[in-house]
Amino acid sequence: MLLLEAVIVSVIAASTPLLLAASGELIVERAGVLNLGVEGMMIMGAACGFAGAYLTGSILIGALCGIAAGAAMSAIFATLTLGLAVNQVATGLALTILGVGLSGLIGAGFVGQKIVPAAHLYLPVLTDLPFVGRILFGQDAFVYMSIALIIAIRLFLFRTRLGLVLRAVGDNHASAYALGYPVLRIRLCAVLFGGACAGLGGAYLPLAYTPFFVSEMTAGRGWIALALVVFASWRPGRLFGGAYLFGAVTILQLHTQALGLDIPSQLMSSLPYLATVVVLVLISRTRGAAGSAAPACLGLVFVPDR
Amino acid sequence: MANRCITGTPMPNTFPSAGSEPVAPLLRAAGISKRYGNCIANDAIHLDVYPGEIHAILGENGAGKSTLVKVIYGLIQPNAGELRFMGRRIVLAGPAAARALGIAMVFQHFSLFENLTVAENVALGLPLPEPFAAICARLAKTALAYGLPLDPRREVWRLSVGERQRIEIVRALMQNPKLLILDEPTAVLTPQEADQLFVVLNRLKNEGRSILYISHKLDEVQRLCDTATVLRAGKKVATCDPRRETAASLARMMVGADVDRVKASRARGASVPRLVIDRLSLSADGPHEGRLKEVSLKVCGGEIVGIAGVAGNGQDELFAALSGERLAANAETILIDGRAAGLFGVTERRRLGAAFVPEERLGRGAVPRMKLSENALLTGHVASGMVKRGFIDKRETLAAADRIAATFDVRKAKRDPEAASLSGGNLQKFMVGREILREPGFLVVSQPTWGVDAGAAATIRQALIDLAGRGTAVLVISQDLDELAEISDRIAVIFDGNLSAPLAASAASREILGLLMGGAAIEPRACPQEEKHAVDA
Repeated sequence: MLLLEAVIVSVIAASTPLLLAASGELIVERAGVLNLGVEGMMIMGAACGFAGAYLTGSILIGALCGIAAGAAMSAIFATLTLGLAVNQVATGLALTILGVGLSGLIGAGFVGQKIVPAAHLYLPVLTDLPFVGRILFGQDAFVYMSIALIIAIRLFLFRTRLGLVLRAVGDNHASAYALGYPVLRIRLCAVLFGGACAGLGGAYLPLAYTPFFVSEMTAGRGWIALALVVFASWRPGRLFGGAYLFGAVTILQLHTQALGLDIPSQLMSSLPYLATVVVLVLISRTRGAAGSAAPACLGLVFVPDR
Repeated sequence: MANRCITGTPMPNTFPSAGSEPVAPLLRAAGISKRYGNCIANDAIHLDVYPGEIHAILGENGAGKSTLVKVIYGLIQPNAGELRFMGRRIVLAGPAAARALGIAMVFQHFSLFENLTVAENVALGLPLPEPFAAICARLAKTALAYGLPLDPRREVWRLSVGERQRIEIVRALMQNPKLLILDEPTAVLTPQEADQLFVVLNRLKNEGRSILYISHKLDEVQRLCDTATVLRAGKKVATCDPRRETAASLARMMVGADVDRVKASRARGASVPRLVIDRLSLSADGPHEGRLKEVSLKVCGGEIVGIAGVAGNGQDELFAALSGERLAANAETILIDGRAAGLFGVTERRRLGAAFVPEERLGRGAVPRMKLSENALLTGHVASGMVKRGFIDKRETLAAADRIAATFDVRKAKRDPEAASLSGGNLQKFMVGREILREPGFLVVSQPTWGVDAGAAATIRQALIDLAGRGTAVLVISQDLDELAEISDRIAVIFDGNLSAPLAASAASREILGLLMGGAAIEPRACPQEEKHAVDA
C-alpha cells in the first residue's frame, strides 16, 4: 500500500511537466501552428527557471522566469513562422537545437547548485488522511495549476467564442480570415501561450522534481509532450488522461528495473511513441477521408492576401 | 427599364426604372484599381448597385470579377478608387467592417470549417457575440423562413455540397444584409438546385436587398439579373440590361471577339466498343460504403460519351479506376480494345492505347515545376522515341513539346517554360494535346474546360470531336451540361456512385439530366442491357 502510494505520487510528479507543456502545445496546434520546438522551450524554461529561483531564492520568481524564457523562445518561432512565413517544421526543429545549446550556456554556472524545492501543500487532517491524503492534498502548486490549466483550456475551447474562433483559425485559416478574424494575431497569442506553458513545464523540473539543474535535463519530455497532443487527438480530456498514462510509463520504466523484471528499458521508454503511432492509425481508420480529427491547417503557412 | 447600355463610361446617377424620382445607388465603386506586381487585376472599374436589384458581374476567368468583389467585401485593399455605400464614402479595413455596414458574401469555394458544426460555423460569421442557444434558434428560424432546411448540430464534413451552400447563405442572411455578394453560386449545383436558389434570390430582391451576382454563365444572368456589368482583362467593358442582349452579344463583350462554334463532324459512326466497363465497383478511400456501384458502360470508337453529375458523386473514383490509379477487383471489369485491363497500372494501360487527362492540371496532370518538354515526356515515354538506350533524348522531347504547342495553339512566354507559368487554358490545351498527339485508342478526360477561357475551351472541344472522328473512343466527365450537350453523342449521369444508362444527346434535355443528377429514379432496365453488351464484347 505504501509502495502504491509512493508510485502514484511519483507518477503525478512525472506527469505534471508533460501535462503543462502539452496543454500549451494543444492550444498552439488547435490554432493551426505546429511548433516542434517544445523540447527547446522546456529546457530554456528549466535553465532560466532554476537561475531565477537560485538568484532570488523564490520559487515563484523562478517559475515566472521559466514562463518568460519559454515565451521568449516561442516569440522567435512566431517571428519566423508567422511574420516571415518560414516553414514551421524546420523552424521548430531549429528552436529545439537552439534551446538545448543556449540553456547549456545559461545553466553552466548553476550546475551543481541546489535550491529548496517547491513546498507541498499541507492541510491539517486532510493531508494526513491515509493513502488519499498525500495524493490529493499534498502536492505542490505546479500540480494543482496544471490540472486547473487543462480544465480552463477545455472550457475556453468549447465554451467561449474566442475558443471557437481559435478552432476555426486552425481548421480553415483562409475562411477565418475572410470572415474578418485576425488569423496571425490569434496564432501569435496561441504560440506565446504555448511557449509560456512549455517554459513552465520545463521550470517544474529543477524547481520541484529535482532541486538542481543539469544540462539537457528535460531528456526528451518535449517530444513526449508533442506525441501526447496527437495521442489525445487534440482533445483536452484525453490529453489529461494521456499525460498521466505517459507519466506512468516513464515511472514504470524505473520500477521494472528496480523490481528486476527483464524488460529492456529502451522498450519502455519507446512506449509513449508507440502508443502515439497506434492512436494515429486508429484515428485515420475511424474518421475516413471526409474529415480528420487534426486541425486541417496544422503546419500550413498563412500569408494574408493583400 | 430604359436601355442603360453605356459602354466604357460611368453610369449616370439615376435609376430610370424607379419612376421619376432618381434613386441613389446603394453601392458605388468609383475607379477601383488593383495591381499585383505587373498584373493589373482591376483597372479603374466603375460599378453602381441600386437598391433591390440583382446585378451581375460577368466575365471570363481572370477578368477580375473576384478581385472586384473582394475589394467591395474589404478582403483586398484597392490601389486606387473609392467605395461609397448609401452615399457615404467608406474605407473597409476588413470584412468585419463590410459586414457591419450590411455587406455579406457567399464564396465560390466555401469558407466553411469542416470540423465545426453548422451552428458553430454560423456563430463565427455573426458580428456580435450572442448566446449559442439563441444562435441555434435564430438559425432554425431563418432557415425555415427561406426554405433552406439545416440541422444546426451536424458537422460540416458530413454535409453535401448543396447543404454547405445553404449554410453560407443562411449565415449571410442572419446578418440581415443590404447587399449580398454571391460568387459563382451555381457552379456546384444541379439545375433544379439552382432553380431553388433563384427563388430565394428573387425573394431577397423583393425584400429590397441588392444582390451582386458573379457568373460566367450567360443564360443564368439573362434569367435572373436586372443589370450586368461585363469585365474583360481587368477593365469594365459595359453595363447593360442582360435581358435586352443576346447570349451572343454578351459573349462577345466577355471575350472581346466572336467565339467559334464547335463544328461537329457527324460523319463518324460508332463502330466497335473500344472501352467496356462491366459492373465496376469501388469503395471510397475511407471505410464508408462503396462509391462506385456496379458501373457499366461501353464506349465505341468514333463516339464521345459524356458523364454528367454534381461533383463528388463518384467521378473522381471513376476516373481513377479507368486510369489505373486505382485497380479494379478483377481484370475483366475493364476492357480496353478487348484486353482485360482491370488489374493494369497506369503505364500498362497507356501501352494498350489509353490516354488520360485528369481534372487537376497542376500536380496531377502536369508537374508544375517541370518544363513542358519534361512534362511531355512523362506520359509519352512508353512508345514515343523520346528515350534512347535508357537516356532522355532532349531534342526529341523539345520537338514533342513544340509539336503540341503548334498544333493546339499553346501560348507561352518562351520556348520551353515551366508548366506552372502557363495560364490555365494554355496548360489545358497542352495537356489535352499531349494525349491527343499520341493518337490514343481511348481517351478519358475530366472537366476538359474547367477554368479555361472561352477561346481555349472551343479549341479543346473541337480537338476532342476531331479525335473521335479519327476513330478514338472518348469519355468526357464534366459538370458543364452545355459542354456535354455540345460535344457528346451520348450522355450518362453519375449519382452517388450509380451510373445511369446513357441517353442519346438529342434526347437528353436539361430537365432529364437535372433530375438524374439529383438522384431521381435511374431506369433499372437499362443497366442489365449494358451488362449484356459488356459480356458479349
